[in-house]
Amino acid sequence: MRGNAATHDLVAPGELGAVLELLAAEPGVWTPIAGGTELMVAFAAGRLTARKLVNLWGIPDLRTIQVTPQSVVIGATATFLDLRRHAVIASDLPLLAKAASWIGSIANQGRATLGGNLVNGSPAADSSPALLAYDAEIEFISVRGRRRIPYSEFHTAYKCNCLAPDELIYSIHVPRRFAQHIQYLRKVGTRRAMAIAKVALGATALLEKGVIREIRLGAASLAAFPLRLLQTEAALLSQAVTPDTIKSARRALLAEMKPIDDIRSTAEYRQRVAANLLDEFLLQLRREGSQS
Amino acid sequence: MSKGEDATSSERSPAITFNVNGEVRIANVPPMKRLLDVLREDLHLTGTKEGCGEGECGSCSVRMNGELVNSCLIPVLQAEGADIQTVEGLALDGELHPLQRAFLEHGGAQCGICTPGMLMAAAQLLEQDPHPGIVQIREALAGNLCRCTGFIRIFESVAAAVNPENAHLATESTSGHLRDAREEGPHAR
Repeated sequence: MRGNAATHDLVAPGELGAVLELLAAEPGVWTPIAGGTELMVAFAAGRLTARKLVNLWGIPDLRTIQVTPQSVVIGATATFLDLRRHAVIASDLPLLAKAASWIGSIANQGRATLGGNLVNGSPAADSSPALLAYDAEIEFISVRGRRRIPYSEFHTAYKCNCLAPDELIYSIHVPRRFAQHIQYLRKVGTRRAMAIAKVALGATALLEKGVIREIRLGAASLAAFPLRLLQTEAALLSQAVTPDTIKSARRALLAEMKPIDDIRSTAEYRQRVAANLLDEFLLQLRREGSQS
Repeated sequence: MSKGEDATSSERSPAITFNVNGEVRIANVPPMKRLLDVLREDLHLTGTKEGCGEGECGSCSVRMNGELVNSCLIPVLQAEGADIQTVEGLALDGELHPLQRAFLEHGGAQCGICTPGMLMAAAQLLEQDPHPGIVQIREALAGNLCRCTGFIRIFESVAAAVNPENAHLATESTSGHLRDAREEGPHAR
């Protein structure tokens, strides 16, 4: 069954304020659409349940990247090409730049937006492990005002998040304080181009005299939504990177991940690969830590 | 497909104005109609092809406001006021674009379904980087699938368009570069 354009409505109020008014007037009725790389696929296949859509593409307030001394503030509809072309993201947030290069093709990267990637809430979202490793915050906006939450608290269940029906993501705040951290990001998929992750792991850690003083681990495809690996972090914090620490971190990881069998992979494979990625990061940490 | 006769009100088929290959065009179509379908059904520009219809194959690639896009993923309302270039806009005054000539000369086209999208993706690359290497060519075309050529002749065609006076050298040496590129991993995804 193909999608029928005549049975869906799409409006373009133009101004951000007008979009927020519409969302507030009829909460839950209007579905925002930006780059369309997710919703238009569902539409073409005839499985887009949303009948009323409101356009966010082309609203200038949302497609911004602002740099402050503390952070890079990325507007919700900045595209992955926008991220790849940004000098400060390339220099200060290399994991995010790398994740942006993973998204689909060039044509997808020019349309897919960072906010869309998060709201869509795929467990395999390419941008999520980097944002979790960088301790990003999400800023929401509605006619009631703005609020910020840690990104690690944004996803609440499979494809569910804590946005209220009248809210949009306004921006994503990514701190710039990771220059001294050892950083890691790796995605394992079927092939390099256009593949969805079987497993991805992002990490940042700060070593001080051989001891882990700060660590953040973010994972894709290990649970129903992108997950910060808090138990694994706890097993590593204040520890030196020894074979015993690596072993206990591995145990914590296997205990807290909840992988599934699906068309892309199996739970067992995901467990193995996730543990291997963690090993790889910890070995990098030990190697680079001993050099500093 | 409906051409507006299913629309329940005039609001559902607003006049959408955009510029296609340098000409102002107006389409009275539902705002959610895909740009791909508007180009093919309403403007009769059938050079743009539909492959997968889900943004994976690149057959429907066109350029919109200077960026490469999959026209199957664009509700036409989002093209309001945009500058769009389709494969029909590549040739100028009956003169083929250098990419089109190179595809003809180097076997870059077989069945032809992927060809318009390949050409648009390659045109986008050349506009941003007039002298790409094989690694850049491969990344730029990574979102365009071909089931005939095995891709090598397409990459060679683009390489030849970049450097026409060395076309045969480009063809011979490109194969070697392709092997190297494959080992290095041309695009980190």
